[in-house]
Amino acid sequence: MSAPEPKTPPKRDHKWSAMNRRELLKISPVLLLGAFAFEKFQKPLLDAGVDFSDWATDKLFRGHHLAPTFADSELTPLEKFPYNGYDVIEPEFDLDAWTLTVAGAVDKPGEYTLAQIKALPKINQNTRHVCVEGWDVIGNYGGTRISDLLAAVGADTKLKFVSFECADDYYESIDMASALHPQSLLCYEMYGKPLDRGHGAPLRLQVPTKLGYKQAKYITKLEVTNVLQAGKNGYWEDQGYSWFAGM
Amino acid sequence: MATSRLQMDVVETVSPKTGEAVPAAYEHPWVVRMAHWANAICLFVLTASGLRIFRAFPSFGPKFEQHNLVDVPKNLTIGGWLGGALQWHFTFMWIFIATGVVYLGYQLFSGHYRQVLFTPKDIRGVWPMARHYFLFGPKPPVTEAYNPLQKLAYTSAVAFGVLSVLTGLVLYKPVQFSLLAAMMGGFHYARIWHFAAMLGFLAFIPGHLIMVAIHGWDNFYSMMIGWKRDPEYLRK
Repeated sequence: MSAPEPKTPPKRDHKWSAMNRRELLKISPVLLLGAFAFEKFQKPLLDAGVDFSDWATDKLFRGHHLAPTFADSELTPLEKFPYNGYDVIEPEFDLDAWTLTVAGAVDKPGEYTLAQIKALPKINQNTRHVCVEGWDVIGNYGGTRISDLLAAVGADTKLKFVSFECADDYYESIDMASALHPQSLLCYEMYGKPLDRGHGAPLRLQVPTKLGYKQAKYITKLEVTNVLQAGKNGYWEDQGYSWFAGM
Repeated sequence: MATSRLQMDVVETVSPKTGEAVPAAYEHPWVVRMAHWANAICLFVLTASGLRIFRAFPSFGPKFEQHNLVDVPKNLTIGGWLGGALQWHFTFMWIFIATGVVYLGYQLFSGHYRQVLFTPKDIRGVWPMARHYFLFGPKPPVTEAYNPLQKLAYTSAVAFGVLSVLTGLVLYKPVQFSLLAAMMGGFHYARIWHFAAMLGFLAFIPGHLIMVAIHGWDNFYSMMIGWKRDPEYLRK
């Protein structure tokens, strides 16, 4: 009688284990995303992400591609158009004494009155105003093209930026290509009436290829420049919003 | 494009339970595994930061008819404030897009998509599989790495990804992508579709996780190492 055959003990498959380890190691690069979990790396990584987004969307911007325009029947009623001031809705300053200071790389720097600005060709357009929060309104805007004003003051449009200062300490800056866009306005009228204080009297930006926080109100100074000083890029941008903010 | 069944590499190994020789199949190539885990992280970050962004205007349509639909609890969100959440969203959207492009490119050119793409011939198999999973019906024979219901789920997930990127582009650049916006029914609809894509993912993920939990370690581990030990469709 033969003894029952001994059961073979489970053997480890070393080749299989080695292959598993190799394959596991191969997907380890995905752990690099874990860097986002460390506060030390988080800010520089997210800053790089926003900078890359701004770079990419600057490349995406087409100077002659127009923002959609709308029929008068599609306008948001003026009384429902929100006043979205960051601080004070009606900054204290003398409207009658107001002038626009034009500075930087221009042939004719100095103080410009509203009458001088209104003497430039007037554009009237119904465009969408989109807030970074996600809401939007369709407004009617009247004003002069930024490009016409830049031409009138002899600006060097090869420079990179146009920056703005406001009566309420808000400040903004936009890229030259967006400033020269045919729908980019220095706006002094909404719905056929002079701007009211809440909407930025006497002069505001209306650049329909940019988000709402770029549409500076109560503009007091315009500068053509190649350098944006740190902390002078824009009120919200300096707190972490995207600078290009193009739509 | 070839429609024959995908041929996978198969090796012999040993079952740790019985000690017997069992086959193992290379189900998930490196690119697919990398994309899977990168996507898992991206979807977490994009959903959590997206909900924080939604908190700033928890509504759809224009401002002056705003109805606040839902108050998303802050604890479910990341970024701290709208600007912070946008930074997360604008960073991880690139990682998500890059992962998606690499994944889809790989699937297409390697032919590996045949393992998982839901096609008309899979329609017939969906109901028997659903009946088995949810209604204690008989188990249909397993002949492929993915059954028809799985193919439907994973193909839908890819569709949600494509939808979320396209609608996201319109929300991000409604002027530059004005044609795409018009195709979606306008700017306001892009926000609705973007939200719908997120809900699609939120519907997919719990089912996916439950199935992974049910199917055991070898199945889960195959998304780490690529090889699945003793898969049902290779049993005699």
